[in-house]
Amino acid sequence: MNEPDPKETTKPESSRRQFVQIGVGSICVGCAGASVFGYEFLAPNVLYEPSPITNAGKPDRYPGGTVTQDEQSGIYIVHGPEGLYAMSAVCTHLGCLTAWKPELGIVACPCHGSKFRRDGSKIEGPAPRPLVWLKTWLSDEGDLLVDRSSPLEQKQYVRT
Amino acid sequence: MAGLLESNFANLRETRVWRSIFRGGWGDTNLHRALVIQQNVFLHLSSVKVRRRALSWRVTWYLGTLSLGTFAILVLTGIPLMLYYHPSVPQAYTDMNDLRFVVSAGVFLRNLHRWSAHAMVLLVFAHMFKVFYRGAYRPPREFNWVIGVFLLLFTLFLSYTGYLLPWDQLAFWAITVGSNLISAVPLVGARIRFLMLGGNSVNANALLRFYVLHCVVLPLAAAVFVAVHFWRIRKDGGLYLGEGQHHG
Repeated sequence: MNEPDPKETTKPESSRRQFVQIGVGSICVGCAGASVFGYEFLAPNVLYEPSPITNAGKPDRYPGGTVTQDEQSGIYIVHGPEGLYAMSAVCTHLGCLTAWKPELGIVACPCHGSKFRRDGSKIEGPAPRPLVWLKTWLSDEGDLLVDRSSPLEQKQYVRT
Repeated sequence: MAGLLESNFANLRETRVWRSIFRGGWGDTNLHRALVIQQNVFLHLSSVKVRRRALSWRVTWYLGTLSLGTFAILVLTGIPLMLYYHPSVPQAYTDMNDLRFVVSAGVFLRNLHRWSAHAMVLLVFAHMFKVFYRGAYRPPREFNWVIGVFLLLFTLFLSYTGYLLPWDQLAFWAITVGSNLISAVPLVGARIRFLMLGGNSVNANALLRFYVLHCVVLPLAAAVFVAVHFWRIRKDGGLYLGEGQHHG
């Protein structure tokens, strides 16, 4: 009589297992949904950041052989022998804003001491790469436009 | 005089209000002393009894307690600072300067908060070193070491997020550099940076996110982990006293 009836014990056991399976399953689905939901919520869809395209004015503002720094937009406009080009003033090391040193004729970063030539090439580290050249073109009105979000792979010059 | 005070206190302990708050009763027995600890939600995280040697300065240099003390100071000074500080780009820096120069006792609270933050980072590191070199991280305390590593990380994150809030040049460029370090994480680094800053650069969204992390998320997480940390000290047999010292 003490021997339990197998039929009687199987039924509650299987329903308990089912309950745990469904429970754990729905908790997993819920967690996955919450992760996606949380990620989507945390990533802003609209950014109120300044436009990456900067109007640098008329090209004749930049005489030959000069390097002009625009601190607001963080770019250099350089007028070299081949023409005008724009570089990002953001250091390729950890993103500090570099500065043009006219007395030395170099670009230097205040944070960790990287130095660059006026074409962006590296004089000394810790920056791993040269300064980034930016897409530059003339608008229909004859203004020099620079897109800070479009790095150039190869050097391009704007001739006027 | 002393006798009068004592009898008044004895009468107070007999009142219904007192007995409803402290249900353990009163007495000089070990049971009553144990109940004082066990029936208090804050004290019950700690052991009912400790060895005399565990209370000596040489064992711990009190580094864990001092870390908790700085954390308490930081919470107590941080909440009043929140009343004058707006986490917005036009106001953050001027609010910080108001706290320094205009608000009564503002400079005291701000400097206390700042120095305690420095002290807490130092004390938590010292606590970790002390535990490490004494070998107190070994079984059965290895889980509490892991909790401690999380508490170290929370301390560093609190320090880092608080660093942005003055919104001065030092803060701005430190967070620019720090967030660019994070984008060096393989594959997801740039994504983490974007989520952390709420944008592509250190801006209004980043300031607000760091403020919420600094004032709500991280302190709450740290408090929960501190509670587990203390409770585990009790469950793991009290403070580590050294090899073969526990039964001597």
